[in-house]
Amino acid sequence: MNSSYAITAVALVVIATVLVGAFGLRISRTTSDFYVASRTVGPRLNAAAISGEYLSAASFLGIAGLVLVQGPDMLWYPVGYTAGYLVLLLFVAAPLRRSGAYTLPDFAEARLASQNVRRLAGAFVVGVGWLYLLPQLQGAGLTLAVLTGAPDLLGGGIVAVVVVATVAAGGMRSITFVQAFQYWLKLTALLVPAIFLTLAWQGDGSPRHAFEEPATFREQRVVTVDDSLDLTIDRPLTVTVDGRVDGRARDDQRVRLAAGTHHIEHGTRLTFAKGSAVPAADRGSSNGMSTSLEASREERPLYATYGLILATFLGTMGLPHVVVRFYTSPHGVAARRTTVAVLGLIGAFYLLPPVYGALGRIYTPELGLTGDADAAVLLLPDRMIGGAGGDLLGALVAGGAFAAFLSTASGLTMAVAGVLTQDVLPARGVRHFRLGTVLAMAVPLAASVLVGGLPVADAVGLAFAVSASSFCPLLVLGIWWRRLTPPGAAAGMVIGGGGAFVAVAATMAGFPGTGPLHALLAWPALWSVPLGFLTMVLVSLATPGRVPTGTAAILARFHLPEELRAEVKA
Amino acid sequence: MPGQDPAERRVTVTGPPRRVRRATGYYRPRTEIDEQTTLGHTYVRSLMRTQLRAALAVFAVLGLLVGPLPLVFAAMPDAHRLEWAVLGFCLYAPLVLLALWYVRRAERNERDFVRLVEDR
Repeated sequence: MNSSYAITAVALVVIATVLVGAFGLRISRTTSDFYVASRTVGPRLNAAAISGEYLSAASFLGIAGLVLVQGPDMLWYPVGYTAGYLVLLLFVAAPLRRSGAYTLPDFAEARLASQNVRRLAGAFVVGVGWLYLLPQLQGAGLTLAVLTGAPDLLGGGIVAVVVVATVAAGGMRSITFVQAFQYWLKLTALLVPAIFLTLAWQGDGSPRHAFEEPATFREQRVVTVDDSLDLTIDRPLTVTVDGRVDGRARDDQRVRLAAGTHHIEHGTRLTFAKGSAVPAADRGSSNGMSTSLEASREERPLYATYGLILATFLGTMGLPHVVVRFYTSPHGVAARRTTVAVLGLIGAFYLLPPVYGALGRIYTPELGLTGDADAAVLLLPDRMIGGAGGDLLGALVAGGAFAAFLSTASGLTMAVAGVLTQDVLPARGVRHFRLGTVLAMAVPLAASVLVGGLPVADAVGLAFAVSASSFCPLLVLGIWWRRLTPPGAAAGMVIGGGGAFVAVAATMAGFPGTGPLHALLAWPALWSVPLGFLTMVLVSLATPGRVPTGTAAILARFHLPEELRAEVKA
Repeated sequence: MPGQDPAERRVTVTGPPRRVRRATGYYRPRTEIDEQTTLGHTYVRSLMRTQLRAALAVFAVLGLLVGPLPLVFAAMPDAHRLEWAVLGFCLYAPLVLLALWYVRRAERNERDFVRLVEDR
């Protein structure tokens, strides 16, 4: 495929981001503008900005790749990402805006009047934010590498530099415009190619085997294995092999592989006949968003699905870049209406990735084998349409993917930098905020250089699980329960969120291998969320003397409509 | 200082604050709510309870809508097309409708509450 179109598209997106950011900079005058856009962002602009920020690399590339490799069960991801906003609307949106705080640590301090809980919440915000930034940088590297063959680190580096420049220069006001612009860019970049791809699919006689399990090759296909991998097949499979399989060299021989696991060495060329099933690659901790906790899903599919549902439904409300956005609404009622608009916008967007996933199962099934399933969205236009049209559509998709990395990374950097500026760096002020921005991006960038091969979906899943078991109890109980105490909140966050963190970290490190314990640790939300809630409630009940004195007044502020408050003031 | 011309005395000149600071946790003591009397607390509690009830009702509908789906799909392992259709396309509209329903209810609760407090 012609990479010059794609490079042009990525460059255009980067330039447009900087220009729109600069436009915001011209009208960003006060410190309040800087942090919360002076709390004057109306529902429509704010909803587009929230959606633009939320639709990350995992949404843009990852879902289609996951569906391609693992089938329709993976569609629970977009459903959960959307439903998370409904849960946020129900329990958190308006009171959070009325609390008048700016970040999650601010909320914790305002509600519980405790510096210790504030610091703990700050630590979780920074941790979750960094975890979520890592896959954005890696996804950017993957995209650029697939499209142009550039080194893996270049894409992440570009994203880091552009994000730090925009955020540090313009702050929240400028970011709001950038995000809103990028939502529409991302929607266009998926919608227009999807229309053409669907037309091409119809012109191809509408093959319908996308919905069959397992996926099959629709024509003879040659696959070159770049990195050695283990292939697991359920039933015997006949392939033509040129290279080494199970340690034996073959030279363009037809081989009948028995059911079981086979080791394919790098550089081997496999030729699959038409209609043969696509085998699943088992590559442990390789890079890519789609090779997530696949093995444990196969062991306990129902448990894993419910764990995924719980983590995404409840984890959304605690993501640092999501929460910061609510303070930019002018009042609680606007915060609620904004959330409804967001649900509509991201719901509309998520109708598209399944289309790419289904088409990918028909036209690019071998991507799952070579571990490049995340590239399905990028490669489909070239594969199905080809020629200049395919190149142009591919360039549009590439630009959209870069918009996804830039917008989510900006929002996360903004949130993490806010916490670092207020709680870690010595004095407050715009200059320190700029220092915080650099720091917020430097750590995940360094980590992406160091750990390189961390599975992206795992990092995203970990961020959701930790957020669901630490911030969800803090927000829900803090807003609705008057007997919450600082020790209770701290204990709940440490035991729930910390438990989830340790569990997934252990899974990623390869402990304990297989079995029920492995599934339990790989999908922690199902036990860690109730654990977080329970600890918070029990410890709070055990320390009734520590209920902050101003609780009644603060809860009144969270829940009273603004018109009542304005009237009282007048 | 005695004997000094009052016109030469040093004075501090300040302007009015450029922006009125948002009152944080402080209201002028006009109503029961602001004085944080027992009656005021009861009002706030009743508002919180109606709002929580609205939220829990919608949450329960969400749970009933989504909760059984994995079991249904597990019970019908060959219904891949159904799973694709439901998860890929059919769930988003109900989610938005639930959100609209909740916002209408929550805003109505707040309007009723304001009317109640003002008429007192």
